[in-house]
Amino acid sequence: MPKTAINRKTKTTASSINGKESLNKTTNLSDIFDPEEAQAEYLKRKKSQLALIKKTDKNLLREMLYQMVLGRLFEEKCAEVYRLGKIGGFCHLYIGQEAVAVGAITAIDKKRDYVIVAYRDHVQAMVAGITPEAVMAELYGKVTGCVKGKGGSMHLFSKEHNFFGGHGIVGGQIGVGTGMAFAQKYRGDGGVTLCFFGEAAVNQGIFHECLNMAQLWKLPIIYICENNQYGMGTSLKRAMSLANIARKADSYGMYGEFVDGMDVMAVRQATLKAIERARKESLPSLLEVRCYRYMGHSMSDPGKYRTVEEIKKYQQRDPILLFKDSLKEAKVFDDLEFEQIEQQARRKVEEAVEFAEKSPLPDESELLKDVLI
Amino acid sequence: MTIRDALNQALREEMLRDENVFIMGEEVAQYEGAYKVTRGLWREFGDKRVIDTPISELGFAGIGVGAAMAGLRPVIEFMTWNFSILAADQIINHAAKMLYMSGGQFKIPIVFRGPNGSAYQVSSQHSQALEAMYSNFPGLKVVMPSTPADAKGLLKSAIRDDNPVIFLEQERMYGMKGEVPDDTDFTIPLGVADVKRQGNDCTIVARSLTVPLALQAAEKIEKEYGVSCEVVDPRTIKPLDIETIVKSVKKTNRLVIVEESHQFCGVAAEVTAQVIEKAFDYLDAPIKRISTAEAPMPYARNLEAAALPDVPKIIEAVKQVCYL
Repeated sequence: MPKTAINRKTKTTASSINGKESLNKTTNLSDIFDPEEAQAEYLKRKKSQLALIKKTDKNLLREMLYQMVLGRLFEEKCAEVYRLGKIGGFCHLYIGQEAVAVGAITAIDKKRDYVIVAYRDHVQAMVAGITPEAVMAELYGKVTGCVKGKGGSMHLFSKEHNFFGGHGIVGGQIGVGTGMAFAQKYRGDGGVTLCFFGEAAVNQGIFHECLNMAQLWKLPIIYICENNQYGMGTSLKRAMSLANIARKADSYGMYGEFVDGMDVMAVRQATLKAIERARKESLPSLLEVRCYRYMGHSMSDPGKYRTVEEIKKYQQRDPILLFKDSLKEAKVFDDLEFEQIEQQARRKVEEAVEFAEKSPLPDESELLKDVLI
Repeated sequence: MTIRDALNQALREEMLRDENVFIMGEEVAQYEGAYKVTRGLWREFGDKRVIDTPISELGFAGIGVGAAMAGLRPVIEFMTWNFSILAADQIINHAAKMLYMSGGQFKIPIVFRGPNGSAYQVSSQHSQALEAMYSNFPGLKVVMPSTPADAKGLLKSAIRDDNPVIFLEQERMYGMKGEVPDDTDFTIPLGVADVKRQGNDCTIVARSLTVPLALQAAEKIEKEYGVSCEVVDPRTIKPLDIETIVKSVKKTNRLVIVEESHQFCGVAAEVTAQVIEKAFDYLDAPIKRISTAEAPMPYARNLEAAALPDVPKIIEAVKQVCYL
């Protein structure tokens, strides 16, 4: 497992700004596969990002950073206790992708908007509002888990938080999510659905079937493709004839946009715009959010299909480091506040583990409950 | 009233009763259904509630599951159940498991319906009876009506049920006529068998298309051999009303099971096992099963007829268990 860091050891160089505002929405950008090129693009829009940060509510920025750090530390703890045998089955960690969940889910109206995700779902569930305690207890298979120990790592749900689950069949939740948006439009309640999936799901038939119907029927859905560039151990380039996912929206006359998934503010902005499109015009969007997972596909993956150098290159653009640099540069938070946020997240993770450890297993009488109503 | 019209009436009544009920599928709106079950509904309820889909079974089945999860009550029509195999991931991996996986938080009140089983020389890919496959998965209810009244009452119950329901009609039966109660609150509970014919000497368990065949066979056997057959129609395959079947077997001591699906690991096999578990000592003869031949459905008229259960096959089976 490559070490992850959420604190820079050395101060980063000042950003070079060419003064020209760069938009995410240029289809050509999604042809960028090299993290160095992505960084160059990032630096070009850094000025506008800083301006945006200055305009954003400080409490929200704090919450975003806290959720990212919490997600990172929580997942690192999962890896640790998984190795101790505390967590069973499949366990897919989100380390490296935090900006996607946090940027997108903090952009919604949690009272009326819906979220549905795939199986790499711990962090998304927590950002949506499920407590770290309830998530960790679920991973431990305890009755206090968010689904009473019946789902485990891949199947976190909370009706209270409009979190429609963690789903384990690649692409399956694209169908379900499209139906959730269908229901929102049917009722006319103004809600929108965020439907997350990995880039490998784009090769499933259901992606194409549902994007077609979502555009045909103008459903208020935002398809968020978290392109972490590997479907298990198969790289995108080895699995997709046209690897530009944002451009696939064109096939359905849908709005498509490429987003730098290492930049939490960029993810947030793209999501906000897509939400407005969905809410005001009842139009779907496809966001290709390019990110990178540092860990293997699951805990059983030693990751021999890629080099340590490749991972290190992406870690130079770690989403937490990038965000902290910007927050510091914009003078929103100082090192002391960063330290406080990290301590708060660390304590929360410890509390979650303690809660999970102390919680009881489900009673065996639960086995046959919830099969049918 | 025909089964087709009884189903249509059930859909219409439930759509009038509950605005969360909608119908989605291929050709259900403007074309009025490939088998005209949805006739008139699009004109009455409009685009919002009667929705033509592209030919994307997996996609629109998934949309139904998501809509149900978010509080609507979808009726998803498959032009035939053969095409549901494309959508099986959404039915089996999503609809059936959602309540359980979510620890009881998200129910899926959805009906998947359409014609199941053989039609008229439509060959291998359009003639399958899939009740055994869907009955194998916890989390689904499986319903198979055999009369217009049952079709209406069961479909209304299925739409009102909070679980995913697999509702299997039969193309050859859409034109079959019978009495249907007018009452808009007429329903038939899921999970309750119906004794379609009283008898004392042999029990015939039949469902869907094989019910009328069993009734014809029973009349002939009574006339020709003086054997009195009881015909039990479970109507709901899952949950199965095994008590009514066992009660009948305890009376007649003989059992023949007739089905349109394949035999291996089938519903007749399940009924057989449960009867042996619950009434072994009451049986006076080995149980006989009549199922569709262990081959894909052939096209040629004579081969298709040979593959399917029919009245002479049922009579022969009853004679065997009665040692005639």
